[in-house]
Amino acid sequence: MKKIVDLLREHPFFDGIEEEYLEFIGGCGEIVGYSAGDALAEEHAPAEHFFLIRQGRVAIETYVPGHGKVCLQTLQHGDIFGWSWLFPPHQWTFDARAVDRVRAIRLGGKCLREKCSRDTELGYELMRRFARIMTERLQATRMQLLDIYGHPSRPAGGQ
Amino acid sequence: MQTFILQAEYLDRLIQAIRADGYQVLGPTLAERAIVYDEIRSADDLPRGWTDEQEKGYYRVKRREDDAYFGYAAGPHSWKKFLQLPRRPVWRAQKSIHPMQITAVVEEAPAMAFLGVRSCELHAIATQDRVFVDGRYQNDSYAERRGKLFIVAVNCTSAAATCFCTSMNTGPKVTLPNDLEMTEVIDGENHYFLLCSGSGKGERILRQLPLKRAGKRHREAERDSIQQAVKQMLEGPRSFDSSDLKELLYRNYESPAWDQVADRCLSCANCTMACPTCFCSTVEDTTDLSGEHAQRWERWDSCFTADFSYITGGPVRPDTRSRYRQWMTHKLATWYDQFGTSGCVGCGRCIAWCPVGIDITEEVQRIREAEKP
Amino acid sequence: MVPEVFRVERRAEEFPGTFTLHLSPIGMGRVAGFQPGQFSMLYAFGTGEVPISISGPSDQGSGYVYTIRTHGMVTRALENLREGGQLGVRGPFGSDWPISSLAGREILLVAGGLGLAPLRPVIYTLLSRGGGSAVRLFYGARSPREMLYRDELVEWSRSMDVQVSVDQAERGWTGRIGAVTDPLAATSFDAGKSIAFLCGPEVMMRFCIRVLLEKGMPPSAIYLSMERNMKCATGHCGHCQWGPSFICKDGPVFRYEDIRQWFHIRAL
Repeated sequence: MKKIVDLLREHPFFDGIEEEYLEFIGGCGEIVGYSAGDALAEEHAPAEHFFLIRQGRVAIETYVPGHGKVCLQTLQHGDIFGWSWLFPPHQWTFDARAVDRVRAIRLGGKCLREKCSRDTELGYELMRRFARIMTERLQATRMQLLDIYGHPSRPAGGQ
Repeated sequence: MQTFILQAEYLDRLIQAIRADGYQVLGPTLAERAIVYDEIRSADDLPRGWTDEQEKGYYRVKRREDDAYFGYAAGPHSWKKFLQLPRRPVWRAQKSIHPMQITAVVEEAPAMAFLGVRSCELHAIATQDRVFVDGRYQNDSYAERRGKLFIVAVNCTSAAATCFCTSMNTGPKVTLPNDLEMTEVIDGENHYFLLCSGSGKGERILRQLPLKRAGKRHREAERDSIQQAVKQMLEGPRSFDSSDLKELLYRNYESPAWDQVADRCLSCANCTMACPTCFCSTVEDTTDLSGEHAQRWERWDSCFTADFSYITGGPVRPDTRSRYRQWMTHKLATWYDQFGTSGCVGCGRCIAWCPVGIDITEEVQRIREAEKP
Repeated sequence: MVPEVFRVERRAEEFPGTFTLHLSPIGMGRVAGFQPGQFSMLYAFGTGEVPISISGPSDQGSGYVYTIRTHGMVTRALENLREGGQLGVRGPFGSDWPISSLAGREILLVAGGLGLAPLRPVIYTLLSRGGGSAVRLFYGARSPREMLYRDELVEWSRSMDVQVSVDQAERGWTGRIGAVTDPLAATSFDAGKSIAFLCGPEVMMRFCIRVLLEKGMPPSAIYLSMERNMKCATGHCGHCQWGPSFICKDGPVFRYEDIRQWFHIRAL
C-alpha cells in the first residue's frame, strides 16, 4: 500500500512542492473513501478538514427551499475541496456529497493551521496554491454566471 | 497615342456618335440644385457654365464665369449607382409547383457610356471591380454592366475644396484605362477638348468627329490646367501623407479620437451612400399575398445601421464609435489587406454630404494628434 | 448564385428550440463535396437565408445535415419545416478545420453549446480513422437537457475521451458541473505536439484560449470558428467583415495565430 506522502506527491495540488513539506503535511493526513451519496461536508457543521480528491466525483450543493438540493459544481480527480477550516468560524458554507465512489486524502485543518503558523514559509507556499485555485474557481463561476450557452433574449426580427 | 482637338461646339457630335453606337450615354446634368449623373441625350443636358462650391457639410451649385461643360467637382451621385444597382431583384421562387423553383433574375445589361468620369472615379470603379469581378465569386449584374461599359474620362482642371485625390494618389490626371480621355480647355475665346482614345471602341468614335491634331501649345495648355488642380489641392488644408494610413489605423483601434467623432456622428449612413467605393448590401425577401411566389432583392446597405452587424444576442457593433471606426478603418486600412488598394479615392463626397460636417481627412489628423505623447 | 432545392428527409428535435435537419436534393439540386467546418446558406421560402454550419459526415454523398437553433424569423421558418418540407441551400462556403494536419498529434476539440455542430464532421472523420487516446472532446453545455447529440456522445466516449460539463444540472446528473475551462485546465498534453479546435460562444473561446496558452500550446496550434452577420456568403455584402477578414471567405475557421491581433478588439 502506498504511503500518504506518495499519494500527496501524486496529487496536482502539491506539484513541485519541497519533499520536506510533504513529510510535514503528511502528518496531518489520512486516507479516506466514500460511497455514492455519503456526505463529506454539511453546511454549518464544523469544517475540520481539507480534502484532496484522488478518484471519483464530489458534488458541491446547497439547499434551496422549493427546489431541494441544487448542485453548483462538481469536483473530481486532481481537485481539492474545502477551505472553510482556514478561517474562523471554521464552518462549512456548502454541502459536499460523493456522487460515486470517492477516494481522497483528508488533512486535518487544525493540524495544518498549526503547522502553517509555525512555519510561515510553508504557510505562504500553501496559501499561494490555495489562492490560485480560488481564483480559478471564481473565474469558472463567473463564466457559469454568464450563461453563455443560454437562449439570449432578443427582440423580434433579426434572423 | 495621338491627341486631337475637338472644338467645344462639336461636343454634341461626340455624344451622338456614342449614342449611335448603341450606348445609353450617362453623364452630369443639373437637377435639384446639384450636378447629378443621369441620361444625356445631347450636349444641352450637360451643366454648361455651372460649378459647385463644397465644404464640410456644404454643397451649392453656382454659375461659372465661363461656359465650361465639366467645370464642377464630384457631386452627390457616383457612377456606382449604374454598376452596383441600389436595388435589384436577385431571384424568384415559386412553391405552387413541385419541386419548388428558384430562378435567378437575369437582366439584359444595358450598354452604358459614362461621360465625364474623373480620375478618382476611375479608381473607384477599379476598386469595386476588385470586389465584384476579380474575386472567387462574381456579382453577375455588376460584371455584365461593367463588361459593356464605355468610359469617357475627363481630366480635372479645378478641384473643390473637399477634393484630396493628390493625397490618395488617384488624380487629378487620368491614369487608368478608359475608352476616351478628354481635357476641357478654355483659353480666352478658344474653348476646346483635347481627346485621345484608349481603346478600339474609342478609336472608332474618334474617327467620326471633326478633329484637328493637337499641337504643342494645346498640350501645354492641358498640362497647365491639370497642374492648376494639383496646385489647388496641394495648397489646400486636406493635403496629407497617406502612405502610413494602414499602420496608423491598425495601431489606433482604441484611440480616444473615436469617442470624439462618435459624439458628432449621427450614424445617418450618408457617407456610405455618397461614397463611390462603399459596396455593402443587404437582402430583402418578400412573398406575394398568396404566399406562393417569393422574391429576393438586394439593396445598398450601410455599416452604420444597427442591423448591419446583428448576430445572436445583438449587434456586434452596438454604438456609433464602433461603427464609425469600422467605416473609416475599412476605407483607409483594412481595404489594403482585403483588396490591395485603399478604399478611399479622395473624392471628398463623404465630407460634403455629412450633415454634421465630419471630415475624414481631419479625423486622420485627429488620430495622429491623439497618438502624440 | 441561386439556392438549390432540398427536402427534409429527417427532422430531429435536439431539445426545445434546437433541431437537426437531414436534407437531400430534389429537382436540380445536388450535394457538393464539403470539408468539415464549412457552412451553407439555408433559404426558407420567402423569409430569408441564414448561415448554418454543416454538421453531418463529409464523406456521405447523399445529403447534408444541419443543427439549427431558433432565434429569429428565418430559423423559426426552418423550425416549422417537417419531413418532406422544402428549402433552398447555397454552398458550401468558407474555410475548414485543418484535418490533414492532425496525423500524429494530440487533438483537443473544445465545443460550447451549439458549437458542437460544426465540430461533429471532424469527430466523424476522426472516428472513421479509429478515434484513439489522442482525441479528447471537451463539451460545455448549459444543462444536460440542452446538450446536442446525447446518444452519440455516449457512443463517441467508447472511442475517444469525452468530457462533458454543464453549467447547471437537474438531479440525477452524475457528470461534471462547472465551466468547460475546468476539465481543459485539468488535462495534460504535450504542448508541442497538440492541436486544438474551438467552437462556441466567443466568450467561451476567449477563456479556453487563455487556458491553452497558459498550458504552453502555441498560438499556431489553436483553431477557432467565428460567427458574424452574413447576407451573401460570397464576399460581396460586407456584413461579415471582421478587421481585414471576411468571415464568409477567409473564415469561419481561423488559426488563432493569424487573427489574435483582431480577436481581442472589442466591437470589431
